[in-house]
Amino acid sequence: MTNLLMIFISAVIVNNYVLVNFLGICPFVGVSKKIAQSLSMGMATTFVMTLTAAVAWLINRYILEGLNLQFLQTVSFILVIASLVQLVEMFIKKVSKPLYDALGIFLPLITTNCAILGVALFLVLKEYNFIESIIFGFGAGAGFTLAIVIMAGIREELELADVPEYFKGGSITMIIAGCLALAFMGFSGLI
Amino acid sequence: MATKKSYAGEFLKGLWDENPVLRMQLGLCPTLAVTNSAINGFSMGLAVIFTLVMSSTIISLARNIIPKEVRIPTFIIVIATFVTIADKMLAAYFPDISKALGPFVPLIVVNCIIMGRQEAFASKNPVGRAIIDALGMSIGFTITLTILGSIRELLGVGTIFAVQIMPSSFEPWMVMVLQPGAFLTLGLMIGVANWINARRTK
Repeated sequence: MTNLLMIFISAVIVNNYVLVNFLGICPFVGVSKKIAQSLSMGMATTFVMTLTAAVAWLINRYILEGLNLQFLQTVSFILVIASLVQLVEMFIKKVSKPLYDALGIFLPLITTNCAILGVALFLVLKEYNFIESIIFGFGAGAGFTLAIVIMAGIREELELADVPEYFKGGSITMIIAGCLALAFMGFSGLI
Repeated sequence: MATKKSYAGEFLKGLWDENPVLRMQLGLCPTLAVTNSAINGFSMGLAVIFTLVMSSTIISLARNIIPKEVRIPTFIIVIATFVTIADKMLAAYFPDISKALGPFVPLIVVNCIIMGRQEAFASKNPVGRAIIDALGMSIGFTITLTILGSIRELLGVGTIFAVQIMPSSFEPWMVMVLQPGAFLTLGLMIGVANWINARRTK
């Protein structure tokens, strides 16, 4: 149990996906203008990440390792993610219309979010078991949500700030992310 | 692209006007993650040159037989194949670099630069043009990564490509080779690029 808790905390804070591992930077920069929007993005990502972790673990263990096909890892994981996202989209559309409207446009975007493929690759690298993989996927998603919501909060305030002309947009976002990463470095001794 | 550019123009636009990292802010994850030294940034760039040129060639040759509805999955499979080749080649011949880059080599698959070029260019242009475009874009990417890696390595350890540059009295800024340094340096580089561009167009 403590082991699982450690994996979770490590994925959310200590090895935060965005600020420490540099995964999922594109949506982090692109979809962090409004808090509500980034929360939806974070929720959709967490959902897909948890599912991906479970499916990727099963595929790796029973198909790729079973048949000694590890070199197909990248190809098969990306296919799994793409079809999983499609499946999730159809499922949510049928089951919960409000949720679909909230997550709607973000779902297709998730396929090319490198954090998702990153989860699949990392859980193989770290040799987690099935339960640990799911916790890891969920924690990574929660960490992504945390980072993107903090960022959105800062950017909403930033609208009122007087930023030098050439540093508006991507540039100032990166610099703020640098300060956030500096803050998250403080957690590095936690585990 | 409405107007047809010359081959040289097609190549040069990737270096500056449409530089994927500085101007379009694509492919930021590998840019930030692997540039803790100049050599890592450079080798990442080489892997991207290989993948982008090869996939652009294939996609451009097959552009008339790929049905429009399944073009994205097709692109992904082609890209993933070449990424796997690059990954295995690095692991076989340059195990140190392969270890330093870690999972970021397989992650080239979801690098938006590669996908973006297939969708925006290779699937609509003849093969010669597609290769030139891919070369320009990926070399622009490599140069940017090498510069970013050099700045961080110079300030963080005092070396460039492992050659001592700073005098021994220089106190290394450790933070530059850690995560915050990546964000700060890239942020400043984008800002400077905006400034140079604004001056050029004036």
